[in-house]
Formats: sequence, C-alpha cells, structure tokens
Amino acid sequence: MSILVDKNTTVICQGFTGKQGTFHSEQAAAYGTRMAGGVTPGKGGQRHLDLPVFNTMREAVRATGAQASVIYVPANYAADSIMEAADAGIALIVCITEGIPVRDMLNVKAAMRANGAKLIGPNCPGVITPGECKIGIMPGFIHQRGKIGIVSRSGTLTYEAVHQTTQLGLGQSTCVGIGGDPIKGLDFIDCLALFEADDETAAIILVGEIGGTREEEAAEYIRQHVTKPVAAYIAGRTAPVGKRMGHAGAIMAAGSGSADMKMRALADAGVTVAASPADMGRAVMQALQR
Amino acid sequence: MNLHEYQAKQLLREFGLNTPRGIVVEDPTHAELAATGYLGGEAWVVKAQIHSGGRGKAGGVRLVKSVAALHEAAADLLGKRLVTVQNAPEGQHVGQLLVEETLDIARELYLSLVLDRETERVVVIASSMGGMEIEEVAQTRPDQILRESCDPVLGLQPFQCRNLAFELGLPTAQIADFTRMLTALYELFTQSDLILLEINPLIVTRDDRIVALDCKMMVDDNALGRQKKLLDMRDDSQVDSKEIAAQQAGLNYIALDGEIGCLVNGAGLAMATMDLIQLHGAKPANFLDVGGSATAQTVASALKIILSDDKVKAVLVNIFGGIARCDIIAEGIISAIREVGVSVPVIVRLEGTNVALGKEKLAASGLAVITADDLTDAARRAVAAVKGAAA
Repeated sequence: MSILVDKNTTVICQGFTGKQGTFHSEQAAAYGTRMAGGVTPGKGGQRHLDLPVFNTMREAVRATGAQASVIYVPANYAADSIMEAADAGIALIVCITEGIPVRDMLNVKAAMRANGAKLIGPNCPGVITPGECKIGIMPGFIHQRGKIGIVSRSGTLTYEAVHQTTQLGLGQSTCVGIGGDPIKGLDFIDCLALFEADDETAAIILVGEIGGTREEEAAEYIRQHVTKPVAAYIAGRTAPVGKRMGHAGAIMAAGSGSADMKMRALADAGVTVAASPADMGRAVMQALQR
Repeated sequence: MNLHEYQAKQLLREFGLNTPRGIVVEDPTHAELAATGYLGGEAWVVKAQIHSGGRGKAGGVRLVKSVAALHEAAADLLGKRLVTVQNAPEGQHVGQLLVEETLDIARELYLSLVLDRETERVVVIASSMGGMEIEEVAQTRPDQILRESCDPVLGLQPFQCRNLAFELGLPTAQIADFTRMLTALYELFTQSDLILLEINPLIVTRDDRIVALDCKMMVDDNALGRQKKLLDMRDDSQVDSKEIAAQQAGLNYIALDGEIGCLVNGAGLAMATMDLIQLHGAKPANFLDVGGSATAQTVASALKIILSDDKVKAVLVNIFGGIARCDIIAEGIISAIREVGVSVPVIVRLEGTNVALGKEKLAASGLAVITADDLTDAARRAVAAVKGAAA
C-alpha cells in the first residue's frame, strides 16, 4: 500500500494548457500517472497532449470520473481553482502554485472544512508514490519504491531526504510535500496518521522548518499515537528572528517557532533528530534499528 | 511589507478612526512650520518614521516643548540611522518625521488584529495594559490579554466587540463608538490584505475620545499585486540595498553577518545550507534562494549580489537539480564566474538530474571551482576555505 495516491488514481490538471501545466503533465504521464485530461476555461473541447480539455472542473469530473486534481494556476486565481475542484467532488487536490494571498487561503480553508476534500499545498512540490503515481513537480527518477514515508514543508529538502533514503536502499512508500505557506491543507499530523495506518510504511521522516508550532504539535501527536520510528530534520537554526526566509510560513516570531524548540520537542517525543540535513537518511536508519 | 506609522494612520483615518493631528516633514524648517502654522499648541511629539519597533527607547520619539527644541530634535533625527533593538546593528535611515499634537491621556489600551496561523483565523487581541510590549504582558500578566477569534465567513460580530469593550472597562457611553471602530478596523484589515494591524497604545483622552496614538501595519507580500495603493507606499530606503537588488532579479535574499556566501535553490535547502555551515564552524553571510528554475542569468545576478558584500570570503553553491538540469546550472555558474570575476573560492555541490555531465563541465571550464561530493563535504570545504583565508 501507500498513502493518498496509487496506480489507480486518475488526475485532472487545472491550468492544463499553460507552460507549467503542460510541462508537468507531460512529465507525470511519462512517469506513469493516469492523467485524465485538464481544465482551461475557454479551451473546452480541444485536445492537449492527446488528452481532453474541459472548461470547468464539473465537466471534467463528469466526463472522466477523476479523483484527484493538480493546480498550476497563477496565484491570483488559484484559490478559486481549489474551491472549484472541491465543489466538483475531487477528493484530493494538490496545489503547486506559490504566492497565494493568505486571505484567500483563509476563505478556502473555511469552504473546505464543510466539503471534506483533502488539499495538499499550496506552494508545495506535490505528492508521489514511487513507481505508481506522481502528482507535482518533483523529479521522478530520484525516487525508489520502499518503506520510508516522507512528509516535508520544503521542496528541495524533500528531494534531499528522498535522495538519501534511495542511496541507503530504504526507498519511499509515499512522499508528501505539504508546502511552505502558513495556511495550508494537509499538515504533519494528517500525514503521520496516514503513514501510521499504512502497511508499507516502516518508518517516517518529518522535515520541518522555523515558524509556527506545527512541528511541536506533531511531536505531541507522535508521543501519543505513532508507534513507527520517526526521524526529523528542522531547517533554520541560523535564521534571524522576524525575517521571512523565502517561504511565507518561515518567519520566526520572538519567543516561538525556533528550530531549537522544535528539535527539542521532537527529541523529547522519541524522534531521532538529525542535526545536519546530510543525515536525514542515516537518522531514519538509526530510528529503524532502535 | 511594512508600512510607516504615518501611512498606517492615514489608512485608519480613511476608515473613520481618530488619530492625533500630525504632519509628515522632511526638514527641520518644515517641522517648525507644521507646529506653529498648522498644529498650534505649546508641545509636540516628533516621531522618526522607520520600519522598526522600539523607536521610543532608541530616542526616535521625542516630546518637545518649544519651537527651538522641536527644530533641534528634527535636525538631530533627520538623515541619521536610528538603531533600535529590532534593527541593530545597522539601524535604519530616518528620512521623514511625523510631528503630532499632544493629547491628554486618561487611559492607555492595547489593540491588534493578527492573522493567527494556528487557528487559521483573524484574531483580535486587546489589553488594558497599553503602551507595553504585548509579548511582555503575555508573559507577566496573561490574565490581561483578551482575545476574540473571527469566523472568516461571518467576519467580526458586534457582540465580540462588546465583549472586549466591557472587559476593557470602557464606560457605557463609549461602547457603541468602540464597536463601530473595531468593526471598521476588521474591514480595513481584510480589505487591505493585512497580516498585522497593531495600535499600541490606543488611548482614551480626558475628553473621552478613543484615539490611535501609534500604529503598525504589515501587508501580505503575496497580495501586493492587488493592493496597488499600498504598494505605492513601499519605502525601499528601509530595506538592505542587496535585498532590493535581489528582489528585482527575482531572488529571495536576506543579508546575514557571516563570511560564507550561499547560493541555493529552494528556501528549505537554503536554510539547511546555512545551518550546515554553522554546524561545521563558520557563519553564513546570507540566505539566498535562486528559485526552482536556476538559469545562467539568475545564477549570475545571485553571485553579483553575494559578492557585493565584502564580508564574503568564500561562496558555497548548493543545487539539487530536479526539473532544472545540473549541466545547464553548471553552464550558468561558469558564465556567471567569467562575467562577474570572482576572487574568493567557490565551492559547488551539484546533485540530481544530469549531475555527472554538470561536474564534467565545471572541471573542463578551467576555473578554480572546488567541486564537492556531497552536502557535508561541501560545507567542510567551504569552512576550510575561509579558515585558510583567516590564517
């Protein structure tokens, strides 16, 4: 098994005919993802990458029965696209778009609480179950099917964790990039619960960063509910207070959100914490052997 | 993006709130004219306009009781770099002063609206302990912190305003006024895409008016595209010049005080690279994320910005090529080094798509680039390079 996506997941791309949508839909299809088509308002009825284009998500879901969507729509329109997908009955919405205004995300979250759809992102690399389904912008070839579940707030650090676990021969069950924004869909706890329940996942790597208290909440959740070994790395020990470090969510307020506090909370919950980003693979290996 | 106090107060007035009467000036003579010609009275407050808290303690807010004292304060503050606890050691340039009337204060309150990421809602925070830092109140007198959380669909409700007003102990005559004011603030907050609006202190005057004596606002950077009016209020003199140059080149850059320049793709990896340098005994000179599609052009702009900081004694390039191919990035690094002319050691760690070809290109370039095998090796070599330079 795996979590969230597998070889049966069919996917609609929102913002399909744009540059990003085109490139990554091609890559996903080449990886083996079941792309069912895409949506670009006004281009319905055309074909793109030998797949159908629809005007609305409602039409796309009716015609294809897709369960998942991936969003490459520009930031000012992305919130609307998320709500459109949820309304059309999509169960898993993956929003890659970076730079969505936070007020829009507040509204999206309020709308989605009533709907029940799962959102990954925004501002994230996406989700991949190696060898079966790739939804997002991650390079497929660095992955290897295996037993480590990875959940991360950062794109390139996810790739580091993937690369290291591939090198060590552990491989990955599913990797979820939950994104770097302060207001987002699935969080650490949601993914930890899914990995805990997944047969194929033997251990989990959690990659966090400064800002907010989700890592601390994850630590508490791990203490109470996770029986599988967990390793973690937290980026931003050297980041200055009050500065936004690239990701909108990576800003440390005075007295909270620091990397050291998060690392301590995780270590106290029995998590093997890597001091260096080069040691995420080794840390999960150690956690497995403990 | 931060707004200046005078800009924030202008927005408050547009939404019907009271602020002290005041004028923004850029030279001492105008300060005098503002006081004598427009404000009147016998005492004034001179406030340095910089994007930083802690101005009062740093001498940036002064009460003056004569025109001569006003002139002197204005002359002293204008043009200097005001150093506060928040912006030390560099400080920030004082280009403008806000000269305001003085008011008779009966009570000082605290009021803010903030986007709370934990509850994913806008939260109103109020306290009767105005004028103090709210973090300090939260630690020493948590019972003095009042909160109302706003449903994003419904917005702030009148009953929530009354909850706060009565708990703050406002007289019955002021409850309606406070409710109207707070409702307007919520509108201002959401319409303007703010992530922080703080009024500290919010005063009650001896003649029973509620007035915003100070105000701080932060705008969501992601929303600036649809907040043209606020974007026009941007003041680049308040930001490190290297950060401005980076912004124009589409890069994320933050100046730090170490000696190893960092050029990385991805925000998380950029932070991790800084941590790695520190872990191996040196300090990063900057945070720099070239973004997902590192091209020759972005790499060149990034190198230029990093090298414009003369504290930099070595540069560590750390790229995980996902969609971006390592060979293309290597070409970028090579042409950037040739174009910029680098005199400090450059250590490059490449991983990902076409990594072998990328390393080959670097080796064949004839440039004195040090290639590293992995993350740890890269950090060790970079640290060794600066320690060698120091010896």
